[in-house]
Amino acid sequence: MAKFTLPQNSKIKKGKHIDAAKGAKNAKTFKVYRWDPDDGGNPRMDSYRINLDECGPMVLDAVIYIKDKIDATLTFRRSCREGICGSCAMNIDGTNTLACTKAIDDIKGDAKITPLPHMPVVKDLVPDLNHVYAQYTSIEPWLKADSPAPNRERLQSADDANLLNGEDGHGPAGCILCFCCSTSCPSYWWNGDRFLGPAILLQAYRWIADSRDEATGERLDALEDPFKLYRCHTIMNCTNTCPKGLNPAKAIAEIKKLMVARR
Amino acid sequence: MSMKWENKGFKTPLARARGLGASRSVVDNWVKLRVTAVANVLVIAWFLWFLKNNIGASHAEFTADLADPRNAIMMILFIITVFYHASLGCREIIEDYFHSEWMKIAKLVGAYMFFFTMGVASIFSVLKIAFTVGV
Repeated sequence: MAKFTLPQNSKIKKGKHIDAAKGAKNAKTFKVYRWDPDDGGNPRMDSYRINLDECGPMVLDAVIYIKDKIDATLTFRRSCREGICGSCAMNIDGTNTLACTKAIDDIKGDAKITPLPHMPVVKDLVPDLNHVYAQYTSIEPWLKADSPAPNRERLQSADDANLLNGEDGHGPAGCILCFCCSTSCPSYWWNGDRFLGPAILLQAYRWIADSRDEATGERLDALEDPFKLYRCHTIMNCTNTCPKGLNPAKAIAEIKKLMVARR
Repeated sequence: MSMKWENKGFKTPLARARGLGASRSVVDNWVKLRVTAVANVLVIAWFLWFLKNNIGASHAEFTADLADPRNAIMMILFIITVFYHASLGCREIIEDYFHSEWMKIAKLVGAYMFFFTMGVASIFSVLKIAFTVGV
């Protein structure tokens, strides 16, 4: 059966509280999930009260402030700090999103920060993404064509390009692989070992929909499975949480329509 | 032996992700689940109408109404689509939540047998009423 409660060694305990904003007029408390694989203990929620006048406006600014000024052991991924790399995906205030594009002002009360849900944790806010990267590799995310390569670009009409980029710029090619969507999906929580999840299926659709790709049938063959594709029950958490405003649920629905169309 | 997708032993992440490949046997069930869902809207609407017509009816009046060929046929269609839809839906739920392979197979076989048996018994009941009441 699916496990509906955390195992004993994953239950979150109360951690330390550090007030680094004594006397500050503009302060906020950040409750941050902490787990160190080396100390053998349970995870805990440490809380840090910081002076917002001393840090930038985004949650990532606050997390970096905590690491720089208060607790250098806090571990998290970050890179571009502008919503392009997807590294700083975490669960903030109950929703998976990018710390670098989530404004502190948008959070009422204390800010609670945990790693992406239902993934193995490497340390603190760093989830283990090996499996989901392998799932991405499994859909062979590159253009496949048997026709001789042209001497110039592979041409594509504007309409065909819109299938990838979206008329509003929110097409599947806009995915940055932050995995906010997959880790918000209950189907992926229960069956992530076999279900590819919305992020990977959005990418699969990106190649299925590509007019230049010649392996559409082969790609659909590889997805025609009760687990790889059809664990999606249109819960829509993926579309709701996507920090880039993309629609993985629609991409999955399009794949299912193509599965019927080719019968 | 652990299944290919399980995180046991020394499998590479890609070996787990590829698993046993795609079964290629799911689209029919997916279509049937949706077709029976649409059919259910129609037959359940009829079923509610039929029940409303028989509020307060005696057993004799109810069986006489059910023995009407139009109602008997609709009731049999209702039983077929509802039980077929339920068996397909149960399969989805079992696949979602049962991760032990032998347990999953046992539950699937059990669910199919349950719904098939209930469906046959229900249809037999309707036919018995249709062919015996008022004859």
